[in-house]
Amino acid sequence: MSATGLKSRTIVLLGNPNTGKTTLFNALTGMRLRTGNYPGVTVEKKVGALLGEADVDVLDLPGTYSLAARSPDEMVAVDVLVGRQEGAPVPDAAVVVVDASNLERNLYLVTQIMETGLPVVLALNMSDLADRRGLGVDHAALQQRLGIPVVPLVARAGTGVDELRAAMVAAIGAPPPKPGWSWPSEIQAAEASLAAVEPDHPKFELRRALFDQAGEAEHRFGNPEALAAAREQAGGTIALQVKESEIRYGFIGEVIAAVVTRPEAPRVTRTERIDAILTHKVWGTGLLVLVGYFVFMSIFEWATPVMDFVEATFAMLGDQVAAVSFLGDGALKSLLVDGVITGVGGVVVFLPQILVLFAFIAILEDCGYMARAAFLMDRLLRWCGLSGRSFIPLLSSFACAVPGIMATRTIESRRDRLVTILVAPLMTCSARIPIYVILTAAFVPATMVLGFVNLQALVFASLYFLGIAVAVLVAWALRRTKFRGAPTPFLMELPPYKMPSPNIVVQRMLRQATHFLSRAGTLILASSLVIWALAYWPRAEFVQPATGTSAASEMTADQLQLQQSFLGRMGRAVEPAFAPMGWDWKVSIAVIASFPAREVVVSTLGVIYGLGEVDEESTALRERIRDVTWDHGPKQGEPVLDLAGALALMVFFALCAQCAATLMTIGKETGSWGWPVFTFVYMTTLAYVGAIVTAVLARAMLA
Amino acid sequence: MTRSRRLSDLPVGQCATIAALDGEPGIIQRLLEMGLTPGTEVAVVRLAPLGDPMEVTVRGYNLSIRKDDAQHLVLGP
Repeated sequence: MSATGLKSRTIVLLGNPNTGKTTLFNALTGMRLRTGNYPGVTVEKKVGALLGEADVDVLDLPGTYSLAARSPDEMVAVDVLVGRQEGAPVPDAAVVVVDASNLERNLYLVTQIMETGLPVVLALNMSDLADRRGLGVDHAALQQRLGIPVVPLVARAGTGVDELRAAMVAAIGAPPPKPGWSWPSEIQAAEASLAAVEPDHPKFELRRALFDQAGEAEHRFGNPEALAAAREQAGGTIALQVKESEIRYGFIGEVIAAVVTRPEAPRVTRTERIDAILTHKVWGTGLLVLVGYFVFMSIFEWATPVMDFVEATFAMLGDQVAAVSFLGDGALKSLLVDGVITGVGGVVVFLPQILVLFAFIAILEDCGYMARAAFLMDRLLRWCGLSGRSFIPLLSSFACAVPGIMATRTIESRRDRLVTILVAPLMTCSARIPIYVILTAAFVPATMVLGFVNLQALVFASLYFLGIAVAVLVAWALRRTKFRGAPTPFLMELPPYKMPSPNIVVQRMLRQATHFLSRAGTLILASSLVIWALAYWPRAEFVQPATGTSAASEMTADQLQLQQSFLGRMGRAVEPAFAPMGWDWKVSIAVIASFPAREVVVSTLGVIYGLGEVDEESTALRERIRDVTWDHGPKQGEPVLDLAGALALMVFFALCAQCAATLMTIGKETGSWGWPVFTFVYMTTLAYVGAIVTAVLARAMLA
Repeated sequence: MTRSRRLSDLPVGQCATIAALDGEPGIIQRLLEMGLTPGTEVAVVRLAPLGDPMEVTVRGYNLSIRKDDAQHLVLGP
């Protein structure tokens, strides 16, 4: 019978990374989870009702090796456990998942959680893997030694989950565990002196403040002098930290000796055999290149037919609505066709890439390969202050920064994650290709350099290289300014290989897709609508053509409308700023109009040059871009864009942040609007300066 | 004065016992939590293709550790 308390109960779920915690959470809750964010941090809140116990909630906490929190993100777990986290109820019990084949290190976290004062249940997961390794774990002896209920289970197969559920319900209201280890007198004395200074501080946090120099608990403890004195009294910080680990691991060692039986001769595990190849200097590196190629091609090339289909569908939908006569030809129809349908299409078009990329990421992560990829790439990425964990997110950003930025969730260090997010938009994404294609085709002669390198290809490759080089410099600069600070060690477990679970993979894909639609999607749509409104109003038919522009009679209606819309006026207003690059107001309008998405620049140029609907393959647009001349000012009659101006425009698009989707995703992933603003400002500045430098250098060299 | 032997110096295929740790408390604590405590045996399994980081086994699991971090672990004789 389920408990009939008036209030819903909460049980928190914790554990080391790679213990199958997500699979267990799914098994406990039946995959019906509610997600949210804790205020002020990037940690995701995952809650689900315990199956069969409607009034018991399971709260999943991020995987962690220790409760020694070094950042606000890591402190969430401690705050939830001690019942201080805003937006989370005071828990009634804690379940700790441990990997039975890696019990020793997993129990470290268990000993910390046992000191929080909550009833603790131990979920002994992956006992099948331990069996295969020849490890025997006597769970009855483990239960007796630890003094907490131990439930053996295989979460992937679903065995033991019912027993765990029963143990969880039974744990609510149970007395807290009595730790089987004791702290030496000098630590007890130091804690007592801290408790005397701050009597209201939770006892568990006092201990963490004492041990965790420069950690979150220390920041929370208001009295640094008392803390320093207490540490000194107990022998200094490092001695305290060594003591903490020795006492915990000492106790764990006794437990392990009593409950784990090892095979007589150490077996060569399957993981060791696989790793001999996958992390081999030659084969491993070759395979990583292959995996990288597959991931990149999957979003760059193989997602394209689906994206084309999405675009075609929305274009067709737009045409259908445009043909509906009762809508008239006014603002309403334009809003529906050019605003809403185009905007929604601009959001949905990202879904194929996101689904495909996260299928790959979920498989690579769940089977254990992601850690090996990071191991192989770490030295290379450390060059710009990042770690091997940034490899897949940055690689993905070459196709599209939106899924790339979402993929940074696999980076554990918050600092590395933020730097990766901030430089990801500099990777040359597929949306930049149309503008590169049209400008190279129009201005760069297809001659051979040194006899074998096509000059057009060389320009293309240089633009890719420019993005990477600037990203390295920006990452380097960020690590020396905003993200300076004590170096954090990069310690990464290389977990045993296992078959990826289809459930986890599908769940991850769907979660990322719904995240994107519900969080960034609405904002991307809103920014498309703003640009639509700026291009739609004021109406040309009510406004006299501005003097100094081409005669209205020569223009198409669309061209005239765009020219004198708010957007057109903005383009004209910023023309002086773009004068050093030699761009006129038409190019300026195209640059501004491409804010929702870079590729829009091509169709905007088509409209502004009176060519109607065009794409980057259009020869008419190529010719027009080359031939169009200044219609006013001192250079009247001269061509607007020359090779220098075109190169400057490409450099501008290589470095600018003209992508609302990316900026909105950065905002949602970092939980702050300061970062997208920062990204926009720094990238636009780089783009502007880069374009001027390119124009000036190119003119000097071509003159 | 000879520098004490560090985990970062340990060749592939060899094992040794950790004698002590030195360095910043923030780094030391992470190493300790992962089980790299004094008296623990560590073995170097392999190095990454560019010679760094190193893969070690400690307390029955495999860990990737950068040489910069492994330098904080003083090995016994």
